[in-house]
Amino acid sequence: MSAFPSLRTCGYAMLLFALVVAPWAGLYPVLGTKLLCYALFACAFHLLLGYTGLASLGHAAFLGVGGYVAGYGVKMWQLSPELALLAGLGSGALLGVVMGFISIRRSGIYFTMITLALAQMVYFLCVQLPQTGGEDGLQGIDRGRLFGLLDLHDDLTMYYTVLVISVAAFLFIARVVYSPFGQALQAIKDNEPRAVSLGYHPNHYKLIVFTLSAALTGLAGALKAISLGFVTLSDVHWMTSGHALLMTLVGGLGTLSGPVVGALALVTLENKMGALGAGLASLTGFAWFSTLGESVMMIMGIVFVLCVLTFRRGIMGELLSLSRHRPRKTA
Amino acid sequence: MRNSILHGLLGLVLLSSGASAAEISDGTVKIGVLSDMSGIFSDLSGEGAVTAARMAVDDFVAAHEPDFKVELVTADHQNKTDVAASRAREWYDTQGVDMITDVINSAVALAVSEVTRDKNRVLMVTGSGSTAINNEQCSPNTVFYAWDTYSLANSLGRTLTDQGYKTWYFVTVDYALGKAIEYDATKAVEGAGGKVLGSLHHPMGASDFASFMLQAQSSGAQVIGIANAGADLHNAIRVANEFGINQQQKIVGLSASMTDVHALGLATTQGMLLVEGFYWDQDEPSRAWSARFQEKTGNKPNMLNAATYSAITQYLTSVQTLGSDNAEAVLADLHGREINDMFARNGRVRADGQMIHDVYLYQVKTPAQSSGPWDYYRRLETIPAERAYQPLSESRCSLVTGGGA
Repeated sequence: MSAFPSLRTCGYAMLLFALVVAPWAGLYPVLGTKLLCYALFACAFHLLLGYTGLASLGHAAFLGVGGYVAGYGVKMWQLSPELALLAGLGSGALLGVVMGFISIRRSGIYFTMITLALAQMVYFLCVQLPQTGGEDGLQGIDRGRLFGLLDLHDDLTMYYTVLVISVAAFLFIARVVYSPFGQALQAIKDNEPRAVSLGYHPNHYKLIVFTLSAALTGLAGALKAISLGFVTLSDVHWMTSGHALLMTLVGGLGTLSGPVVGALALVTLENKMGALGAGLASLTGFAWFSTLGESVMMIMGIVFVLCVLTFRRGIMGELLSLSRHRPRKTA
Repeated sequence: MRNSILHGLLGLVLLSSGASAAEISDGTVKIGVLSDMSGIFSDLSGEGAVTAARMAVDDFVAAHEPDFKVELVTADHQNKTDVAASRAREWYDTQGVDMITDVINSAVALAVSEVTRDKNRVLMVTGSGSTAINNEQCSPNTVFYAWDTYSLANSLGRTLTDQGYKTWYFVTVDYALGKAIEYDATKAVEGAGGKVLGSLHHPMGASDFASFMLQAQSSGAQVIGIANAGADLHNAIRVANEFGINQQQKIVGLSASMTDVHALGLATTQGMLLVEGFYWDQDEPSRAWSARFQEKTGNKPNMLNAATYSAITQYLTSVQTLGSDNAEAVLADLHGREINDMFARNGRVRADGQMIHDVYLYQVKTPAQSSGPWDYYRRLETIPAERAYQPLSESRCSLVTGGGA
């Protein structure tokens, strides 16, 4: 261990600094808030996939239900934002315990399909229940005042509130991953029979980490509901679960910062493709580029294929391996 | 009546007091078309809406040579509410967009309506038809322009029952849209002295409609009302045709449109009854405009395309008369006058934001009756605006009932 901060610490410090000054450097705060919510969502998802090897396709259920509960609480019971966030977190955890209890009994593709099936049940419940507003969604959720002090109606205040909560959640995830509990998870991921022979109960660990991941996803959903002011069916749709998987893979599986980078990249792509296309069109004179904004789904598909074919470790995975290899070459 | 006088007065007050306010922000009027360019609604709206919007802007500039610039921006909301709402926010906050239109997909329309109210601009909904837009979630900044599910269900239910089709059966999709349509249609049928023999609720995206439609057939009802949309509607109509149900009973598409008829073809849809607020062949101005639209896109416009053109034209007309793009002034002007153009007959914007206009009961022609491509409808009846739409006395909008916002 050297006295100098490691490259990794520097990287995180730079990322945090960038997020703190971003609104002053032209990032639109509401878009920033949304980016952070998805980053938290991807990190929570990655806690399960990257460190326990459990690929869930049911995370949209936690995101949506967290959002619906928080939003409904604000609208109908006039909950303050901090209580609504807790309600979102709690409902995510509760649903996580139930879904986890059923799904962790199987592994691999069977686990994935069970989570997908359970999440689809939640989706159709949300379509039917009058509380969710069906296809109209739950709309007009007031941001309110945090602890009765901070007025969240200001976009910048909202952004920094979400930033603080996301960073706290991120640190929590890092703490979990580097704790003995996290090491046990890694052991289970690498070789489950060996972990059993060492005396661990893999199912206990899996259920706990599944619940943690679901709770954090519920929190992300609640944050999104409060900051954007609505929750709709697209939040509980299975494509949202697929989105989390995509963000994780593009960002880099198995790296703590990967999901954050993946979420930032994909949400920006989703929101800015139209502007990017129009910019390219005016720059190059090809009118074709301006149609790019209408083919976001296709472009996401291409990004995914490219990622799998050429940089399988994802953006952060490749960067980290570059930084690891360079000193050896120069030495 | 009292409301329109009030709005007129409000407009006058704003006009006289607004000497300093009467100006165009940055000398530019910016209009945003927020639509589904690639998803399930792109056939209904999408490219057609963008073309109609561009035509509206070009025609207005050519006809009036205004002393302000008119700009059009478009975006694909991908049917994701958060993409739509963040785009709308960004348009209002950083790009100086004054008015947004289209917003097909009811969740998108409601979310953008909230943003528009927050930012005090103008939203003209020409895509979605959810009654929440002018009821529970109504907003002074939203003009609900093209159509709503209430007017379709209500007009069909009442008019057909009046014509002697007294017994009904509903095939309804099991979520909010279907239930709302069935509820409104049932009320209209019973109000006109008809009887609903029963209804069945099918899941969204059902794969096999045979048993549903046969159940509807065996009810013996004179009319089978289909209260669903998209692929479900298409499957139900196909099955009704295959079993010959449409030979003995009237098939009514409670939210069907010309786009559905075009997709399914006349052989499948012949004889079906539906209500629309616009048909390209309804009168001379519509035919002339639709011919120009077809030159550009290859298709005849549907109701939503025409509504988008009309909404933008009316908005720009208000801006031109007032010499201001101030949201309150423009909205007061829109509320205060009658709208008659290639789209709407006897149009008027009510206090709940709904633009009411005449709608028409159409029957789909048989292939033999049709004189060529796009000749789809025979008009059976014109339903005056006042009778088609939800009366304000039934409104759940706080602007009408006077409840807290």
